[in-house]
Amino acid sequence: MNRELKRVSIVVMLMFVALLTSTTVIQVFQAESLSADSRNTRTLYDSYMVERGAILVAGTPIAQSVPTEDNYKYLRTYSNAALYAPVTGFLPVNGAATGLERALNGELSGTSDSQFFDQMNSLVTGQASKGASVEVTIDPVAQQAAWDALGNLTGSVVVTEPKTGRILAMVSKPSYDPNLLSVHDDQAVTDTYQGLVNDPGNPLINRSIDALNPPGSVFKLVVASAAIESGKFTPDSAFPNLPTFTLPGSSSVVINSGGGTCGSGDTVTIATALRLSCNIPMAELGLQLGATAIREMAEKYGFNTSYSVPLDVAMSVYPTVLDDAQTALSAFGQYEVRATPMQMAMVSATIANGGVQMAPNLVEEIIAPNLSPLESFTPKTVKQVISAATAATMTQMMVNDVADGAASNARIDGVNVAGKTGTAENATNEPYTLWFTGFAPAEDPKYAITVLVEDGGGLGQKGYGNLLAAPIAKQVLEAVLNK
Amino acid sequence: MSNSRAADAPARAPKSKPGSTRRLHLPQKMRNVELFLLLVACGINAAAVVLVQLGALGHIDTTLVVLGAGLSGLVLCLHIVLRFVARDADPFILPIATLLNGIGIAMIYRIDIANGDAGWDSAAVRQTVWSGLAIACAITVMLVIRNHRVLFRYTYVSGFVAVILLLLPLVPGLGREVSGARVWIGIGSFATFQPGEIAKIALAIFFAGYLVRNRDSLSMVGRKVLWMKFPRLRDLGPILVLWALSMSVIIFQRDLGTALLYFGLFLVMLYIATGRLSWVLLGMTLFIGGAIIASQTLDYVHGRFQNWLDALNPDVYGADGGSYQLVQGLFGLAKGGLLGTGLGQGRPEITPVPQSDYIIASLGEELGLAGLFAILALYLLFVARGFRIGFAGHDDFGKLLGVGLSFVVALQCFIVIGGVTRVIPLTGLTTPFLAAGGSSLVANWIIVALLLRLSDTVRNQPRLVV
Repeated sequence: MNRELKRVSIVVMLMFVALLTSTTVIQVFQAESLSADSRNTRTLYDSYMVERGAILVAGTPIAQSVPTEDNYKYLRTYSNAALYAPVTGFLPVNGAATGLERALNGELSGTSDSQFFDQMNSLVTGQASKGASVEVTIDPVAQQAAWDALGNLTGSVVVTEPKTGRILAMVSKPSYDPNLLSVHDDQAVTDTYQGLVNDPGNPLINRSIDALNPPGSVFKLVVASAAIESGKFTPDSAFPNLPTFTLPGSSSVVINSGGGTCGSGDTVTIATALRLSCNIPMAELGLQLGATAIREMAEKYGFNTSYSVPLDVAMSVYPTVLDDAQTALSAFGQYEVRATPMQMAMVSATIANGGVQMAPNLVEEIIAPNLSPLESFTPKTVKQVISAATAATMTQMMVNDVADGAASNARIDGVNVAGKTGTAENATNEPYTLWFTGFAPAEDPKYAITVLVEDGGGLGQKGYGNLLAAPIAKQVLEAVLNK
Repeated sequence: MSNSRAADAPARAPKSKPGSTRRLHLPQKMRNVELFLLLVACGINAAAVVLVQLGALGHIDTTLVVLGAGLSGLVLCLHIVLRFVARDADPFILPIATLLNGIGIAMIYRIDIANGDAGWDSAAVRQTVWSGLAIACAITVMLVIRNHRVLFRYTYVSGFVAVILLLLPLVPGLGREVSGARVWIGIGSFATFQPGEIAKIALAIFFAGYLVRNRDSLSMVGRKVLWMKFPRLRDLGPILVLWALSMSVIIFQRDLGTALLYFGLFLVMLYIATGRLSWVLLGMTLFIGGAIIASQTLDYVHGRFQNWLDALNPDVYGADGGSYQLVQGLFGLAKGGLLGTGLGQGRPEITPVPQSDYIIASLGEELGLAGLFAILALYLLFVARGFRIGFAGHDDFGKLLGVGLSFVVALQCFIVIGGVTRVIPLTGLTTPFLAAGGSSLVANWIIVALLLRLSDTVRNQPRLVV
């Protein structure tokens, strides 16, 4: 009997060895992957356990964690919430974060590599670890001015500093209140979120970086840059001044906005075409340049590439395959050309900065809990997109556009404003998309601005860039220049 | 072997020696060891409750400490009873059971705090009261059963009682279905009880008695195939009955774990009694065959297998009756890691039923791998003490019963903890001593009493010879 007993003892031993092994495998070897599982709510709750760092504008918090009594220990609260929602995003308990809450989650929650020693320190000392704070580049004056100027229109305003790439304003309307999405009540968050998703105004979309619209005439800046940079054209290069233009290989007809020819005379120069924002000469120019040359310039400006600021910016598009008719349409920003306000802001800022593109950035400084800076903003050059001479030529043409052309409503007394308006067609009966992009002062650019007004500004196909977008730009530029 | 008892007697304690009278007055060495260990166990239990309060509440609250003190008192009563009626009983069994029971209460209390339950809603309060009741049962067993051989007389009565207990949940109006398994009985909505837990003791007694009586016919005769001797067809009766019983538990009570427990217990005791591997092979073939057929035909069994094999698959995870619970338990264990979050500082309440089926995941989360190893070591030690009775015992019935009772604890641990940690498919059983549940506590404390009685007999053999 004892022989059998011994064998059964071994079986019992093996049973326990199996349990010891399985618990070890789960708690040691699989622990990391299980913690990283998106369904693991424990990891989510833990992310609330540390006092998350604040997001600051000019030293004032626009997002901060305040202690609560519930499961999560801290509640994320936003001040001036709707104004800064495109910047901060929100941090829901039951879904993915957005905005900087998402892009800088590692820093804010204190888990980024640069905070490794802090984590070790808090492990040893037993003090609760804290996340780093993030100071953004946003200028509260510019942000508020842009918010006010946009009024009740659907759209976006982006203001940048051409010499450094700092993003000074990022407004998107309609906006929402991130506070309602960060409450610790799953059902309330879900309900609010669904309500916002179903809202026809799409308030959750950050139009500055996520809205892709046909750029229309503001894209002419890219085409003109390509022409002048090529050396084959000057602002005075002339094209036949036609009242209508039949697209090659097609029966479709292109007209200038407002109909008729582009100014008087049998021929029209690039400078005039840009100043009066005419379509036909640009179509002719586009056909002479060819799609490849336009695409190369567009890509140098940042089209067809993804980048982050560190919010991910949707990729602006210049199509890869175009026939002649499509090339002609693309030359004034139609067909399948799409751009975000951020991308157009980069075009203006590049021209303003002598053709040198600076990487756009939203983060001024990351500040450790002990107030020592972990990372500070340094301007980064992306590349020389166009020569300084081409940039100067482009600037002059844009100044003329505001001073004596189609962008007249952006004029500011005593300041040379460079700019370009756009009125882009969507589908046949859809409202237009209205644009303004430019910078000021032209001789020493401090601010580059892009205004996007979607949905025709409520005027359907009657609104145009100079009517609605240019005055917004003017109002914002005045506010920041008079600071 | 049962007849060899008399022969052992003179070798042990020669009564004629003058020292033997003094022996009776010697300090009770075993009991003093037990007392010391008991005090340590009660101390750990109190510390666990206090840590839970500090971790989860942030302050110390006296209610459960008072209840816990009452429980400690009751355990000490059992200890005092042992000093009189089983002075040579194993000194480790009682402290281990006390410690496991206490840790279980601390963890259940911790989950009550998370769920905001207090008073009679608090599972910890009920568990404490049940523990008291269970220990009282154990004391009664110690006092009533002075000699385990008495149980041998009730072999067939035990078998009959076991079957009745098993069938009770199927009686209309009495049976209750909880999360799919019909293994509960209840009177009104008040008291619910899992008679299957008590049935396992009755079964162990029945198996031990039956096998001692019939081992010869089961082990001697048979036909040799290859190197193994297979039993005659007419001797297959018992194993077939047991198999049928287990299968009906699977089909009618929808309880895979209990079926596995009973059948496993029977096979092991059969093997120890007969020494024939062929029985085990035969039994395992029958059971695995039945389980495979069940997994193909019964939805709930099929689901259990799928949850086990493919737990992290989003489809299985999201399915009704899917692996949600299993995976939440894994998340909890992963969160615990090597050292755990500390009592009161994890989030075991996220996992469904964290205080009963999943208490081991809850403990793993807050005490970490280190804590689980300690708990598993306690179980292993408990089982080892039971097996000691088997090795050192002098009568076959006692040997078999001791091994059977301790093996049933070991197997139950394996089925539950193995289910939670994905060694085997998850089935609903309680973790002995730890999990919330009155019937389980009563049954396991009765096992404690029986093992104590058996271990005392083993050491005191001469007194039995009379």
